[in-house]
Order: sequence, then structure tokens, then C-alpha cells
Amino acid sequence: MIGESPTRTDGAAKVSGRALYIDDLPFEGVLHGKTIRTTVPRGRLRGVRFLPGVPWDEFVVVTAADIPGQNVIVLIEPDQPYLAHDVIRHVAEPVVLIAHADKGLVEKAATLVALDIDPLPGVFTIEDSVASAATGDAQHGADNMFKRYHVARGDAAAALAKAEVVVEGTYETGAQEQLYIETQGVVAIASAEKGVTVWGSMQCPYYVHKALGPVLGLPPEKVRVIQTVTGGGFGGKEEYPNVIAGHAALLSWKAGGRPVKLVYDRLEDMWATTKRHPSRTTIRAGFTRDGDLTALHIAVDLDGGAYVTLTPVVLSRATLHAAGAYRCDDVTIEARAVLTNAPPYGAFRGFGAPQTIFAIEMHMERAARVLGIDPLDLRRRNFLSAGDTLPTGQTLAEDPGLGTMLDEALAALGPRPAATPGGPWHGRGVATFFHGSGFTGSGEVKLASRAALEIAPDGRIRVLAASTDIGQGTNTVFTQIVAGRLGIALAAVEVVPPDTDIVPDSGPTVASRTSMVVGELLDRAAVDLKMAVEAGGPPSSGPEFVARAAAHVAAGKPRHYERQYEPPPGVSWDDATYTGDAYAAYAWSVHAVDVTIDRLTHQAEVADFVAVQEVGRVLHPILAAGQIEGGVAQGIGWALYEDVVLKDGAMVNHQLTNYILPTAADTVPIRTIFHERPYAHGPGGAKGIGELPMDGPAPAIGAAIADALGVLLPRIPFLPERILVAVDAAGGGKP
Amino acid sequence: MKLILKINGASRAIEAHPAKRLLDVLREECGLTGTKEGCGEGECGACTVLLDGRPVMSCLVPACQAQEATITTIEGLAARDGALHPMQAAFAHEGGAQCGICTPGMILAAVAWTRDLATADSVGEALAGNLCRCTGYTKIFAAVAAARGQGDGGGA
Repeated sequence: MIGESPTRTDGAAKVSGRALYIDDLPFEGVLHGKTIRTTVPRGRLRGVRFLPGVPWDEFVVVTAADIPGQNVIVLIEPDQPYLAHDVIRHVAEPVVLIAHADKGLVEKAATLVALDIDPLPGVFTIEDSVASAATGDAQHGADNMFKRYHVARGDAAAALAKAEVVVEGTYETGAQEQLYIETQGVVAIASAEKGVTVWGSMQCPYYVHKALGPVLGLPPEKVRVIQTVTGGGFGGKEEYPNVIAGHAALLSWKAGGRPVKLVYDRLEDMWATTKRHPSRTTIRAGFTRDGDLTALHIAVDLDGGAYVTLTPVVLSRATLHAAGAYRCDDVTIEARAVLTNAPPYGAFRGFGAPQTIFAIEMHMERAARVLGIDPLDLRRRNFLSAGDTLPTGQTLAEDPGLGTMLDEALAALGPRPAATPGGPWHGRGVATFFHGSGFTGSGEVKLASRAALEIAPDGRIRVLAASTDIGQGTNTVFTQIVAGRLGIALAAVEVVPPDTDIVPDSGPTVASRTSMVVGELLDRAAVDLKMAVEAGGPPSSGPEFVARAAAHVAAGKPRHYERQYEPPPGVSWDDATYTGDAYAAYAWSVHAVDVTIDRLTHQAEVADFVAVQEVGRVLHPILAAGQIEGGVAQGIGWALYEDVVLKDGAMVNHQLTNYILPTAADTVPIRTIFHERPYAHGPGGAKGIGELPMDGPAPAIGAAIADALGVLLPRIPFLPERILVAVDAAGGGKP
Repeated sequence: MKLILKINGASRAIEAHPAKRLLDVLREECGLTGTKEGCGEGECGACTVLLDGRPVMSCLVPACQAQEATITTIEGLAARDGALHPMQAAFAHEGGAQCGICTPGMILAAVAWTRDLATADSVGEALAGNLCRCTGYTKIFAAVAAARGQGDGGGA
């Protein structure tokens, strides 16, 4: 069963239009909410005026003064308010909430709320933020720093001083919009007497659960969060649903418990919600003349936006992936995340790693050119292998097999396409990288996730987990794991929709952790359940097992089998020194791409793309390939098309007309090859997969463009105008 | 205005503002929530329906323009007995649907193309107006090919 590709459990509902997303669900007497937001990046709120033109007495209106609990969005630090009441930190910051039964009237009313704000000078770059703090105008702490990490192994300074060749470079990546096709949306019913229930599109029901109690002043047992069918997340629905759920709940609370729906339109969603952190990474690398990497000094800066949100954790993952897939004994990584007056940046597939992997991979390309060594040979010479140690001190027990994967990727790509006279420039590039599976360091231990199985009276098995299926196919994979372990039909297993009143806290649906970590808990729970049902009798499977499970319940024996996370043996991490086993497991990958660049328009396009990866055992080949293909397409978008244009820190091209996603016409079929090396502590041998494919496309395409043109572009997206400028600066492209 | 529409084989009389978006008429007046709104400006294709057999973005069609038209939404694609249309079945089996929000529009656009291949040179071109953020389109190409009885995914 594991390793097969049954039709996804929600497939029929989704292809027939029967799957009900939040905006599809009927709620009797629902009010439509709207968020009134700032249009200045920084200032002080002096007042709010409600201009004539709508019957304001019919509206539900909420300002900070109406919040029954704490005006704080609970996440990592208590710095972000649900509604600004004094200090304004970014464009699109929420100030007032309104609701009315007439959706059209709400839209009209939204134009009739005037926010009186005394503007203050904002900071929009990392340099300006640091400089502004130095003059005493810090907006966070004393220095506008959200977080710093320092990772050191060996002596990078000494090794650089001794290096035969030192190569330096700086690399920049832009913001990126998650662009789930279903916008953010929730419905809330809230009152002091009955507590609060929120239905919505989200990745992490328990994050929302944790946030709603404090803002409403309710104890946890009066908070209920239910995930509805979710139309994509990619990180964008990791932490932001805390915001929109709180807003809808506040409106419902003020409305005496009437249901309130908040569903953003695309413009608001792109303007106001989180995006991938912009980054700048400067690398100094020491090499021998033969190309042995002897020293790395890496400085990583992330633009965090106006509030802390998840930025420290994003910076952590950026730091832990910054040295790439290469052996180096003398490494220093200095990472910092800085406040700017931009809407807060947040989780997006890859979570910091794509930024630093772009930098290290482009730097290997640069170094290869300085050293006069083929970029592939330089990589091969320095690939991590068994016994090598990562910058945090973690030693690899097994050879990841990057050399073999590189061979396979190149073989799949085949001979280089022949150039035609006057035709496009051709280039080929690769990226080689890893991605840590699950939460960083001691994160999984702290989460202490739980997941359970329950036997229904008819002997069918119900899966109880807070993990959300946001399209990746979690419910199908969970069904496979449990049915496979118990030897019963897939149809005899049902995944209960995540509802915090019913399912235990399995941790958030993030960090490529769901199949590996939560799937493993369910597999172990299935072992427990099977032992209990069989009770020393002969093993059974299929309908016979289901019948025995039903009899087990009828006899009044335990129905509920829960497991809690335990770290794999030998894994340890020290948060204070940032040393140890950063991740319990790593997935490895090689991307290889052929790119063409039009000589006239300078538009770069992907002509062929091969993704080879080692993700442990593949549980469901179609879903797994779907993760790779989708992640690669997002990476291609980030590399070539998706340009978040900022003004005063906020996105000005916040619509699909001029924020360009890859379309079916731009996209060649992505070719996916799996190497399967079963992982001892994942269900059926699986490791994480979801984020890995986001890491490779940008540097692989960057390498291919460098190959085609002889110039290396240090900044994405590789827009035609940037390619044109680079080609001109280099005195024209290759013939 | 009074609007007469033939939706999924059944005639309906609906009272609606002439400028109301066909998308909202379908979702709010007819309860056909299988048609999704992705962007509201005709860029993403999530709201695609067949209007007199041709794919249109229902967020761009005012109700008055649909007067007396024949409309097929995703709910009208399966057979009366509930059996999935081959394109629906292929999307489900081949991994063409992940989060599912683009899927109804994508399937209708694909069905329209397979009924009239002259409308686009390739599956990539045929579906260029329907954005998917999950699949990278690879499995969508495979699903369309499977529904057409072809083994090869084709591509852009």
C-alpha cells in the first residue's frame, strides 16, 4: 500500500465541485466583515472618522478599544496588535473592523472611514533601519534587530587568511507572494457566554486556537477552531490566519455572537498578508587552487518587516542551510533579521532556506569561474559525504549520494541542445542542496506533538490529527500509512477533519514535518491498536480485522490509541550555543535545468527541468511527484517572473494582472526522479518533502543563465531588463 | 432584471441586477459554489464556466450578457448518475488536483479544448488562462492527456 498511488481521498469531491471551502459554506444570518487599513508606513494614529454616506448605526464597528482581552497577536513576541491604536508601523496595518449583512454596503462603507495619522519617517531597507536605530530612532529594541544567530565551527578568519584563493560575493532575493488561489478567509461566531468557534482556511488550527483565547479573554476550553477545505497555503496560511480569525471573532463578539465572515479579495490578500522575506547574503569563501573549500564566512540579512511574527524561526532555517551541501571545517555564519516598515514577512515554503541556498549555489558558480574549474567539478570535489560535519557540529552518518544524483540528473537532461544561428542563447545549470525535515533543533521535542487513532463502533478506524490537508495530500497519505499498518482497505480508514474539539495538537502543518513526524505517530498508534485488537490472538487483516475491531469496541475495550513525539535516539541540540543536530533528517536534491534566453526580449525560459531527490521512502509516488513539480514551479516563478514591487514597504503590483505567475504555457513538464533510502524513524521510511523543491530552481536557473551569457546575475528575479543590463555591461552576450 | 438561464440542463428564472457578475449569480442565487473566485479580474481562471459551450471567466461576465445562455458549471459535468466525466476522473487519478480550488475552472477549460482542439495549439496554451499554484501543471498535462486517451503528457 505504501509506495502505491491510490486516488486521493478528496479527489472526487474536488473534481466535482462538491468540496466546500470557507466561502462556500452557508451561515444563517451571516455578516460580511471588512478590515480598514492604513495607507502610510509609519506614524501615530490621532483618530478615526466615519464619514456620512452609509447608515453607520446599522454597522458593527470594532476598534482597539472594543477588544475584550489583550490586543496582541500571540505568536513569538507580543509586539503586534490586532488593531493599531497608537503607533502605526506599516502600510495595510489593520485599524478598524466593520461588518454588515449587505456585502455591497460594506464595500461602500470601507471607503468612508478616515484614519487621521501623523506620519513619521519609515525605514525600508536593512541599511536605513540599522542607521535609523543608530541615531536613536529604533522601533524594536535598541537596534531594530529582531534576531541574530552566530554559528561558528573551526576558525573561519584564520582559514580565510591562509586560503590560496578567496572569493567574495553578495546575493539578493526579492519578496515572493505565496499566491494560494483561495484567498484568506474565516467565519467566526464569538460571545462571552458561548465562547468562540472559527471555521477557516488554514494550515495550523492550534496556532489559531492559541491566539484566540488571549484576544477575547477566553479560557482555552471555550475556543474551538475548525479547518475547512483549504485552497493552498505554502506557508501563507501558517501564521496569518491568527490575524484574520481574531478579526472575525472580534466582529462577531461585538455583534452579539452573530456569524461574521471575513474573506479577503485578491487585492487585499496580496497587499496586506505575509510574503517571503527579502534577503541579502554576502559570502567570503577560501579555496585551495585545486578547488578544495577551506573557509566560509557568510553574513545573512533578512528584511523582517514591521513585526517579529515568525521571522526568528525563518532566520534560523536560513542560517542552518547557508553553508550548502559542501564540506568545510572552518565556517562562520552571522545572521540577522531587521525591522523595516513593511507589512510583516512570513512563512513561505522553504522558510529562509531558499534565500541562503541561492546565495551559496551562486557563489559556487562564481568561485568556479575565479578558479577556472568546471562548476560541476567544483561541487563534486566538495560534496558532503559520510563522516563530514555540518557547521553546527552534526556529523553525517551516511553518504547522501549527491555525486550519483548529479550524474543521474545530467544523464536525464541528455546532450546539450544545439544552438541555432540567431536563435536563443542556451545555458545549462545545476543546483545541489539539502533541506532539513521537521522543526529545527529541539523544536519537535518542544512541540511534543500528539496524534491518535480511534476505533468506530463498526470497526472502521478514525484518524485524529491536527495536520491539515491543504492540497499536498496529507489525508491520503495518513490513510495509506494506517491502512497499510493494519492491513485493511483504505476505505476502512477515515481522516477526521481537523477540529480542536476533536483532534489532539499534532503541531503545525509546516516544515516538511507532516508525513515524517505526524505520520510516524499514526504508524506507532496503529501498531498499538493492532496489538490491542489482536490481543495475542492470530494476526488478521482486511474485513476480518475490521470485524475484530468492532467486537473489541463492543466488548468495552479501549477505542483510543494516541502517541506523542519522541526524538529519534542520539539526536541532541543546544539552543544556547546553536550546536548539535539541527535536524533529525535531511532530504537531498539535485536540480538540473536547460534555459533559453531570447536575444531580442532577453526573457529567460526553462526549456527542460530535471529534479532528482532523496526523500527517504516515497509513500505515494503521484503525490510526492506533485510536491516536487509544484515546488519547482514556484521556484521557477521566484527566479524568473515574480517581482514584488514595493513602495513605502508595501506591494504596489498587488494583483494578478501585473504580478506574474508561471502559467501552463510557460511551464514544461518537470521531470522527477526519486532515490529512495528508507529513513529509520519515518513512517514506512519517509522523510520530509514539501519544501525541498523550492530551494533549487533559482540557483540552477542562475547558473544556466551564467552558462549561457558568461555573466553571473547576483539577484532574483532574473527579469529581462536585468539580463539585458548584465549582457550590455559585459559587452554583449556570447555569439 | 429577470434572467432566464439554462444551467446544467435545467432552465432557471432568476431576479438579478443586470451588472451582477455571473460568478455571483451562480454562487449566490443558484447555490453552485463549485465555481470559485480566485482574483476577480479575469486573470486566474478559477471562475471558468462554459457559456454556450465556450469557456468564459464568470467574474467578467455581467448577468445581462448571459441572458438565455446555456451554462455548464463543474456541477453539470458529471453524468446524471453521478459518474465522473472522463476529464474529472483523470484529474482525480493523475494528481491533476491538489488543493482543488483551481480545479473546477481548469477542468472546464480542458473539456472545452478537447471538444474543439482548434482553439489552441497545445494543452499549455489551452490552459494558459487558468492558474494553478500547486501542481506546476505537470500532472494537469498528464490528466488531460489521459482523458484524451493519450499516454504522453504533452506539455507547453
